[in-house]
Amino acid sequence: MTSPTQGIQARHQQALDQGRFLIQHCAACGRHVYFPRAVCPHCGAGEPALVPPAGTGTVAAVTTIGRKPDQGGNYHVCLVDLDEGVRLLSRVEGLAPEAVTIGLRVRARVQLTDGKGLVVFDPEQAA
Amino acid sequence: MSVYPRPLPMTPQMKSLRGATAISGIGLFGNGETPGYTEVEMLAEAAKRAVADAGLTMQDIDGLCTASVLSTMWPMPVIEYLGLNPRFIDGTMLGGSSFIAHLLPAMLALQAGQCDNVLVCYGSTQRSGTMNRAAVAAARRQMDPQPYEMPYDPVFPVAAYALATSAHMARYGTTRRQLAQVAVSARDWARKNPDAFERGPLSVDDVLKARMVASPLTVRDCCLVTDGAGAFVLQRADLARAGPRKPAYVLGTATACFHRQISSMPDLTITAASQSGAGAFAMAGLAPRDVQVAELYDAFTINTLLFLEDLGFVAKGESGAFVESGAIGPGGSLPVNTNGGGLSCTHPGMYGIFALIEAVQQLRGEGGERQVPGVHVALAHGNGGTLSSQATAILGSADTL
Repeated sequence: MTSPTQGIQARHQQALDQGRFLIQHCAACGRHVYFPRAVCPHCGAGEPALVPPAGTGTVAAVTTIGRKPDQGGNYHVCLVDLDEGVRLLSRVEGLAPEAVTIGLRVRARVQLTDGKGLVVFDPEQAA
Repeated sequence: MSVYPRPLPMTPQMKSLRGATAISGIGLFGNGETPGYTEVEMLAEAAKRAVADAGLTMQDIDGLCTASVLSTMWPMPVIEYLGLNPRFIDGTMLGGSSFIAHLLPAMLALQAGQCDNVLVCYGSTQRSGTMNRAAVAAARRQMDPQPYEMPYDPVFPVAAYALATSAHMARYGTTRRQLAQVAVSARDWARKNPDAFERGPLSVDDVLKARMVASPLTVRDCCLVTDGAGAFVLQRADLARAGPRKPAYVLGTATACFHRQISSMPDLTITAASQSGAGAFAMAGLAPRDVQVAELYDAFTINTLLFLEDLGFVAKGESGAFVESGAIGPGGSLPVNTNGGGLSCTHPGMYGIFALIEAVQQLRGEGGERQVPGVHVALAHGNGGTLSSQATAILGSADTL
């Protein structure tokens, strides 16, 4: 088998830059993996395949970070559990930081900034 | 991982380490603000004190354990500076759990006869140094990237601990007042410690009304930023007994880690202390009820709650009510962080060594106004990263052998 010329991180980011959010699925143990890596952290099998997630998930934890108004004001980061069972750090767009609460249902979206893709979330009912 | 958390192995050889080594000397230097010193100078002052306390000279030191936040090859400058030629070197960097995590490899080396006198040492100028914490954080983004977290501008480490706090509050009904009581209990201890950095009065309302850094954590839920240095000497028990000080025997120790980033923590309310604590107690043949004083790495108020639970002092989810009852403060049923902890005594960046040194002082009966009566078993717990690496040590007096 020929090896790809780039690591999984670069291939994952290239997909993001094209607007596609991918996670991994391990054929050996059947579990999903995120962040992307060359070995399944659950069972030790070789590189899990990149697959598109359903995109839906639930906020598992959230914190509002204090920032001075002249530097943009308060903002939040949260941990989102995708329905596939993987977790990632991200943010929910379109809500005040205090309105992002644990249990909120959210949907993933790729936000492009200067050609670079980043996974963010929208509240599910607004999406 | 398939089984979580997996129990650590406890072989007869591991069990035989119980009480086989002891901390025979301790040293502290420069807590608070120490402008004009470099990190290795700080370290050297603490090391000199620890070596003298053990009745040794620096030339007797033939084993070295050390770690630095800034230098990735830190054992070499320390060896050079102190004039050592150690037969045993451990520079494993596990954040604030490092110096407690250094115990087990050092114990194995001592038992194998690889060395006789191990110096474990740390110095930091985090508060007064020329490279401040913001500059270090910026450099770290380049040298040690976290491409799946940093694009969202989390302010680490506090935001990671705040995320875990939010999960604990949602799942177990833990309140901000209960978290605040952790800081208040630590301050109440610090007020009895002349060497603590923050000794002013502090109330639960003071904590709640302080500046919010990363909700639900205010600046008073966060550890201090200080300079400081600490060191200790570890020897086989027979050598330690021949020294001038009452040995603090290592009855059990274990280190555990299963993630680095907060997004990779399998359960935000269960740390690897559940593994390291169980391993340390198994080696010691003891249970949490046998511990008279617990020194738990309190980088943030949530740490103390999580470690009380994960080390088995209270059931999962019950730490908030336990702390709110006053149990961990002066006069409480389980004295915790009797020096004032990272919240009120000292936090030069990696606090674990100070937790261990305070445990030794309590065992020796040298705690002055903060001394807990009748301490024969003391636990020290170190935390590294963002609730990542966990190292537990259980120390005992000669009565426990």
